Amino acid sequence: MHKLWASTYKEFLLLIRDMGGVAILFVMPLVLIITITLIQDSTFQTVKDIKIPILIVDKDHGDVAKTMLEGLEDSNSFEVIEKQTEEEAKNLVSKGEYQLAVIIPEKLTEDLHQKISNNVDGIMAKVMGEEADSLPKPDVENKEVKLYFDPATQQSFKSSVKNGIDKMISKIETQSIYKAFQEQISDNPEEAIFETENFITFTEILPKIEGRDVLPNSVQHNVPAWTLFAIFFIIVPLSINMVKEKSQGTFVRLRTNPVSYATVLGGKTILYLLVCLIQFVLMLLVGVYVFPAMGLPALDVSGRLPLLFVVALFSGLAAIGLGLLLGTLAKTQEQSAPFGATFVVILAAVGGVWVPVFIMPKFMQVLSNISPMNWGLNAFYDVFLRQASLMDIVPEITLLFIFFILTTIIAIVYNEKKNAV
Amino acid sequence: MISIQHISKKYKGADNYSVLDLDLHIAEREIFGLLGPNGAGKTTLISMLCALIKPTSGTFSIDGLTYKENKRKLKQLIGIVPQEYALYPSLTAFENLQYFGSMYGLKGKELHDKITNFLEHLGLGKFANKRIETFSGGMKRRVNLIASILHEPKVLFLDEPTVGVDVQSKNVIIQFLQELNAKGTTIIYTSHHLNEAENFCTKVAIIDHGKIIVEGEPAHLIHTNEGAHSLEDVFLSLTGKALRDHA
Repeated sequence: MHKLWASTYKEFLLLIRDMGGVAILFVMPLVLIITITLIQDSTFQTVKDIKIPILIVDKDHGDVAKTMLEGLEDSNSFEVIEKQTEEEAKNLVSKGEYQLAVIIPEKLTEDLHQKISNNVDGIMAKVMGEEADSLPKPDVENKEVKLYFDPATQQSFKSSVKNGIDKMISKIETQSIYKAFQEQISDNPEEAIFETENFITFTEILPKIEGRDVLPNSVQHNVPAWTLFAIFFIIVPLSINMVKEKSQGTFVRLRTNPVSYATVLGGKTILYLLVCLIQFVLMLLVGVYVFPAMGLPALDVSGRLPLLFVVALFSGLAAIGLGLLLGTLAKTQEQSAPFGATFVVILAAVGGVWVPVFIMPKFMQVLSNISPMNWGLNAFYDVFLRQASLMDIVPEITLLFIFFILTTIIAIVYNEKKNAV
Repeated sequence: MISIQHISKKYKGADNYSVLDLDLHIAEREIFGLLGPNGAGKTTLISMLCALIKPTSGTFSIDGLTYKENKRKLKQLIGIVPQEYALYPSLTAFENLQYFGSMYGLKGKELHDKITNFLEHLGLGKFANKRIETFSGGMKRRVNLIASILHEPKVLFLDEPTVGVDVQSKNVIIQFLQELNAKGTTIIYTSHHLNEAENFCTKVAIIDHGKIIVEGEPAHLIHTNEGAHSLEDVFLSLTGKALRDHA
């Protein structure tokens, strides 16, 4: 035990002697979390509050086009700019000056009414027991509303616009059908025969704590994800610390000392775990106190602190296990630092820090299940957003702990095997 | 004290053996010099004896113990002064020694007193709380030596302990090692400084191409080699004057 504490104290001294390193270790994660949250929150605000200019070419000049234009303007998401020709709109979008151009085809209103009229006439004739009108109905071709997107536009934005326009067109079609029936049944166009409002609506039911709704915000999502990312970055300084010992010759001296490799690693584990927890506290403090001062939503940690520390502790252990393994395997800083940094980014991507796991391809979803960052992220989300209890997070923290044990054992066995005498 | 039987070492990917079928016996309280040109196998031999690398074949024991059976006990018995400084540059001399002393199970007042005494003895008392990165080569060599003898080993291995140091530091180191030897420590030492070895060692072995080519007391070796007036003459006559550069 004395050797373990001596090792821990030595690691502490090494750390504090490099004040620049300490500053980077504690300040950079905070800079990261503030930057990412500001960007994501401002993006969210942008989509919500600022109108994106889009181009419209109205070749229809009818009611349907008018309704579509009004719908787009009323959505509060777009600033509609009309252009005369499709070619002009297409060029502006392809140059990246606008994100989107909507081309409303010619005779859209006329043909839609004709198509509906044909269908309604047919139905009415059947209902009234009459023979279908012997006069031939004019053929109506299907219409196409064209959307031109800037090639640099993100897929999520495209999908959301396409869904919105699709919904708007469906609504126009439905209302036109109702209107056609109304004209057939009643002579009074003002008479309300049909209820045209949606029958089925939806309401988002939010989780409640002590009777009040808990509305997750961008901070509740960002802080756990990027905190975890920062915690895992501990593998870079930790592995560099170990590689330095090899290049300085101190590791050779330690190998001749009557001390086990497990003890040497134990000292590093204790110190770096402490660093992880301090990082975590600082990030929570930023979320709770700094974010509101910057106009961001405050991080709500009420009633969750003990569980959050449990998750941070086990996530830190998993990250340290990985760092110990990397530091054992790597021979130079040129190997450990770039590999460590890149590997954390890969783990974060696979773990769902950037893109939610459920929208990943099937193979990546399977891969995500074996990413320690995914276990940590799920545990954090459980605590932050799903009001989980300790029992709920036991599976995730167990996996994180097993990962730590496994990586540490591999590091010890590898070292023993390599240096067996 | 040290008994080596048919020990050989061939590194992975190497064409030749660094140490080949070497037999050697070193008596207790000896100051034994392992001399040889670059790449002769001196450091490889010491590294095997200190459990840093595994022999390809052969066996050895120190004070009747082997690493296979008594690894921890044997490590407590030996000390090694590596060629590199093997110290943490950002820690002070005292902190370095406190840490390495702790690794031998030393603690508290006993450790503190030992560190203080040794630092004073080797002229580093007033630099105890200075960082190693501010030390000269000679000062680092002395701290490097203290880190290896805090636990009072029975056998001390030194790999080029005086390389790159000034005459004064070298003198202090050699004198200190002689004092240790007088107290009962067996010393195994490698060096390129043949004059130093001639005066310091009670016995030497000249190694070349992984084999011992001659072994004995320095004075005896000089006497029995025709035309030799120093150990350096003996060395050159046995190993030749050709350069031994290798990569």
